[in-house]
Amino acid sequence: MAKRIFIYVFLSIAAIVSIFPFLWMIVSSTNKSVDVTQGRLLPGGALGENLSKVFESVDLVPALLNSAYISVTTTLLAMLIASLAGYGFEIFRTKAKDTVFSILLLSMMIPFAALMVPLYRMFGSISQTVPVIGIDTISSVILPTVTTAFLIFFFRQSTKMFPKDMLEAGRIDGLSELGVFFRIYVPTMKTTYAAAAIITFMSSWNNYLWPLVVLQSPEKRTIPLLISNLGSSYSPDYGVIMTVILIATLPTALVFFLMQKHFVAGMTGSVK
Amino acid sequence: MIVREARAMNIKAKTNAISWAFIAVAVIMICAFYFYPMIQALIMSFQSGTGTNLSFVGIDNYTRLLTDSTFIAALKNTFLYLIVQVPIMIVLALFISVLLNDKDLKLKGFFRTAIFLPAVTSLVAYSVIFKYLFGTDGLINLMLLKLNLIAAPIQWITDPFWAKITIIIAITWRWTGYNMIFYLSALQNIDGSIYEAARIDGASSITQFTRITVPLLKPIILFTSITSTIGTLQLFDEVMNITKGGPGNATMTLSQYIYNLSFKYTPDFGYAATVSYAIVILIVIFSILQFKLAGDKNG
Repeated sequence: MAKRIFIYVFLSIAAIVSIFPFLWMIVSSTNKSVDVTQGRLLPGGALGENLSKVFESVDLVPALLNSAYISVTTTLLAMLIASLAGYGFEIFRTKAKDTVFSILLLSMMIPFAALMVPLYRMFGSISQTVPVIGIDTISSVILPTVTTAFLIFFFRQSTKMFPKDMLEAGRIDGLSELGVFFRIYVPTMKTTYAAAAIITFMSSWNNYLWPLVVLQSPEKRTIPLLISNLGSSYSPDYGVIMTVILIATLPTALVFFLMQKHFVAGMTGSVK
Repeated sequence: MIVREARAMNIKAKTNAISWAFIAVAVIMICAFYFYPMIQALIMSFQSGTGTNLSFVGIDNYTRLLTDSTFIAALKNTFLYLIVQVPIMIVLALFISVLLNDKDLKLKGFFRTAIFLPAVTSLVAYSVIFKYLFGTDGLINLMLLKLNLIAAPIQWITDPFWAKITIIIAITWRWTGYNMIFYLSALQNIDGSIYEAARIDGASSITQFTRITVPLLKPIILFTSITSTIGTLQLFDEVMNITKGGPGNATMTLSQYIYNLSFKYTPDFGYAATVSYAIVILIVIFSILQFKLAGDKNG
């Protein structure tokens, strides 16, 4: 019995510690900055005031649009490229492709910190010839993050369970290889795509270091850059900042709560 | 006959070409945005100069590492996070997942979702929240003072010792639930009858944990400790947004130092590339080490 009580107490403390910063964020977004600094933990009536201040003084909407545009494009491109590759490596398996695959996996060991300087210089030199994908463009944020070995690996693992007879049936029906992929493989792998899309969207939405390096003009700022910028101001308006963080967290929180099962599948799927 | 053979060959060659086309874009992208930059970085690590004016200096950059006090401070901090934070987090995550795997537990869904929730937050957003919570006039100090646990506010952000503690607390908060989910999904695949048999043999909960759970979860523990190690070696967002690496270099990480060398101080891309190769080498060493520590072939 004592053991039971210990388990519940321990888990409750862990749960409270985990949730507390969220609750504080939500409560603080309804309070004035002064009340936040005095440690008020009850909801107040200042949400409306905070919201109107946000829309007056913070460029939240452009940042939201930038982040949305980058994350959606990244996710769509990533799904296409990674699933084609994952499918290709598994269905048309040869020794040569297995070797290529193991080489690609090595890229998972490369820390982004090691890539950012050469990538920055690469995009710097591209800027001079093709300005649309050079430094300080949305494309320069998207391109290096679109293809990851992790996603290719993830799709390859999921393709292992795919019934190969279905592909053969499609070929006999006269579908081309691409036709088989788009008409048979893609529709049956919906849950895999959902899981992969969620993790890609989340990491793109929250990406900080590369956009920080490559985006320079304030109007191109993404949400994490905006929050980081607000957070480092010398006289922060806590109510306003918490409201911004709350709004910025809503899309990912929504994705998480609506698709929790896929989310967990996406995270753990690769190691099964 | 010859014609038919030629046609068969033709078809084979064509499917082969198509099959390579499936993976071509991915291969090109990974080469362009991972391998090519790594080669560039390797070349740059032997160069020095400001901005784009780089000239070859041999191994000067590498010898500079040995006497660079900021690099050594960043390295020490990284090791501190690795030695203190990663084990605490993994043990905590394992412990919670074992408690949550109890089939008689009520409110299981609530506990699991609550503890996992930090893992879905943006690193920047939670860092800013933690920075305010742990400010000298922040809520944590207010509460500790009110409960009479401390006499004077703790300098969570501005004291070299406490700043490290704050970073460790923050990372542990963010990633424990993330690791827990991996253990939980592995635990669900363990056959319950093993525990049944152990219980009949009179094994205590602790014995069951150390003799059954940990050995069976070894591959997953290895996986999470490698990803946590790689993550720690790359730590940036939290440090940048909570302490900016300070006070002094007290919480500086290798990634933050590379960022500062390239984009904050007078840019020295060559030396920054050298520091980044130090991280790559560390990641390789740690991954091999962890595989070795995990022991046997299937580890």
